[in-house]
Amino acid sequence: MSKINENTVLEIDNLKVDFETNTGMVHAVKGVNIHVDSGETVAIVGESGSGKSQTMMAAMGLLAGNGITHGEVRYRGENILGSSIRKLNKIRGAKVTMIFQEPMTSLDPLYTIERQLCEPMVEHGEYTWASAKKRAVELLELVGIPEPARKVKAYPYEMSGGQRQRVMIAMALANDPDVLIADEPTTALDVTTQAQILELMADLQRRLGMAVVFITHDLAIVERISDRVYVMKSGEVVEEGPTKEIFGQPKHDYTKMLLDAEPTGLKSMVPDSNPIVLDAEKVRVEFETETGFLKPNHVLRAVNDISMEVREGQTLGIVGESGSGKSTLGRAVLQLLPNASGRVVYQGNDITGASKKKMRPLRKEMQLIFQDPFGSLSPRMTVGQIITEGLLVHEPQLSAKERDQRAIQALEEVSMDPAMRNRYPHEFSGGQRQRIAIARTMILNPKLVVLDEPTSALDRTVQKQVVELLRNLQKEHGLTYLFISHDLAVVRAMSDTVMVMQKGEVVEKGLAEEIFSNPKEEYTKELIAAAALKPA
Amino acid sequence: MLRYVLSRLLSAIPTLFLIITISFFLMRVAPGGPFDLERPLEAKVMENLNKIYNLDKSLWEQYLIYLKSVMSGDFGPSFFFRDFSINELFAQSLPISMQLGLSALALALAVGGFLGVVAALRQNKSVDYSVMAAATLGVTIPNFVVAPILTLIMGVHFGWLPVGGWNGGAFVNMVLPVVTLALPQIAVVARLTRGSMIEALRSNHVRTARAYGLSGYTVVVVHALRGAILPVVSYLGPAAAALLTGSVVIETIFGIPGIGRYFVQGALNRDYTLVMGTVVVVACFVIIFNLIVDLLYAMLDPRVRFD
Repeated sequence: MSKINENTVLEIDNLKVDFETNTGMVHAVKGVNIHVDSGETVAIVGESGSGKSQTMMAAMGLLAGNGITHGEVRYRGENILGSSIRKLNKIRGAKVTMIFQEPMTSLDPLYTIERQLCEPMVEHGEYTWASAKKRAVELLELVGIPEPARKVKAYPYEMSGGQRQRVMIAMALANDPDVLIADEPTTALDVTTQAQILELMADLQRRLGMAVVFITHDLAIVERISDRVYVMKSGEVVEEGPTKEIFGQPKHDYTKMLLDAEPTGLKSMVPDSNPIVLDAEKVRVEFETETGFLKPNHVLRAVNDISMEVREGQTLGIVGESGSGKSTLGRAVLQLLPNASGRVVYQGNDITGASKKKMRPLRKEMQLIFQDPFGSLSPRMTVGQIITEGLLVHEPQLSAKERDQRAIQALEEVSMDPAMRNRYPHEFSGGQRQRIAIARTMILNPKLVVLDEPTSALDRTVQKQVVELLRNLQKEHGLTYLFISHDLAVVRAMSDTVMVMQKGEVVEKGLAEEIFSNPKEEYTKELIAAAALKPA
Repeated sequence: MLRYVLSRLLSAIPTLFLIITISFFLMRVAPGGPFDLERPLEAKVMENLNKIYNLDKSLWEQYLIYLKSVMSGDFGPSFFFRDFSINELFAQSLPISMQLGLSALALALAVGGFLGVVAALRQNKSVDYSVMAAATLGVTIPNFVVAPILTLIMGVHFGWLPVGGWNGGAFVNMVLPVVTLALPQIAVVARLTRGSMIEALRSNHVRTARAYGLSGYTVVVVHALRGAILPVVSYLGPAAAALLTGSVVIETIFGIPGIGRYFVQGALNRDYTLVMGTVVVVACFVIIFNLIVDLLYAMLDPRVRFD
């Protein structure tokens, strides 16, 4: 274990963070010790709610109004915790800088990139506005933004998430900091963008020599870039040490569980004799945007002539980055988009452009599960009501008692306590809510389920459980899945066949095993490299 | 930008036309006429009056005559203030009402905005609670109660300010009416600003500004307030209309010769042209203010563009 020494720049000493809430004190961080030496990369790892972000927020004086801190945070030996804003402002933004998880909202939408890059430079007295503007262009070039002289005049809304995160990095580097704190800087980004941002950070660190504190829940990233690791669980550091040791010989059970959290195993193959459940041919979805009176409308082709064939019990994994059209494809297949063309045959019935009335009996068998377990459950209905709502439409002959019986069965099937059915969604965690969403689908005994990023909003350990649950349900009921995800580890664990999509087109498709072990297309290779998959 | 302004102004013409048409006929539906007195006039006199003011023609003809004269910018003669045309009446009273209304609006924005920001920065502390309590009071107490009380204290008891009269818009004469008119608006602006400011202070980009050690002024004014002021700007349109028309009570209490009292007098006396004139003027103001609000909005928020 590395000790505090003369090279230590940032030192967190017995830090406690409490939040005063209506329901009493919440102890978010319970006496944490972390130190960062100059030039090293330290990772703080833990699941959501472990207090890893709050530790660094507290250190930088950025807690919400109801946060209370105890302990000391020393920058080069001097305590800055609880010191005056004036003293704190000499250090934050100049010596210690931060990058945040939310690139889309971390920049002020009302000002140009130039203005926001220059502000901290001028504020900390190193630059005049004129010299800061020159430096802003250089910084944008440094972080790899094309046409920096033009882009510096842009507003944040004119940039993509990856570019905005690059701007944040530029901002962080502006005053040559000693420590750069990166709070989940790549979580909100696509995998390939994620890889580019990480590479950029590693490269800049080598060249500029600052220390980096990397807060993340993604262990694949940690293994690649960090020197030392702190593992946090419910407000405490449970294990710390050099990255190699932590990954090689983890001591604490929690660390072992985190390391083991990547979904593993492959799906057992389905015999070719199984009947074809879904056969789609040349599905195309176009969106028209009006450009003006008498001008031809701009047509965006979100899905371009995609065909697929899925057999009973099979899972087709649809992989792609945001904007690739994978979700649109899933909805088009279910006949939920009026502007889709192409032929869709479900169990021998041509359902292309079928009327609502004709679709209704089929809807029971064709279900959809969404990404956001927080937004997709009505907050004003009990779990029991949510789960049985579909029965009211599809099996109206059931009595209230029978429906309740079915709710109990469905909850048991997703390994939840049936007594929970009288509670409301806000009382449940993300993983539990996704189980509820799955129960709502399973109660209708569907045949085909489109799963739209069902695990993306969940922690790795919870992801693994949900993946296992979905696999078990599939085996038991012979379900057919369309599994839409940008997460290759999850897709590999779930699918028989995989389709890689980019900009509405299929880049590559084939058996999951072959795609992952022997990708042919450049884009697929890039995706797989970026995901840094462990052997299955 | 210029094209947008022009098209907005052009699209106001049909709106105005509709307003004129509806209010013209609505008013004629109301029983009674401008020359109905308690003791009826002689039939011959009545006939002559009706002839002079075209009231003997069919309603349809009267409507066309009115429309024609409005298009040439003439609002016609007043039926009640016999020696004046509506244009003359407005030439005197409109500037006074505008001065009164705009001063009250400026005061409401400055004081209400400031109080809202202070309350947001001290959220859930005693300062916040007192500002919000005062704001609730400001909205609930009607101005015909506030006006006499203020007059009693400032004018009668201390004798610092005149209790009424306009005096050509002298500063001391303006203080009491402007403050009374502004009070409820101050309350509304303070509440609006506080709400959006609290949200803005919690936003991620303000956290970024803090994390980069920017000064308190830059964080609060440059990064939080500019975004937080947007809902207040949207409120300016209706607020301006309310101040212009809501000044009836204030003008009556303080004896100010503004446009507000013509609303009431015109309607009570069935002074057709006067009512029509006030309706058109107020409608124009509402339209112009909404345009100004939209332009201001675009100035503050780069994501809003009109090209």
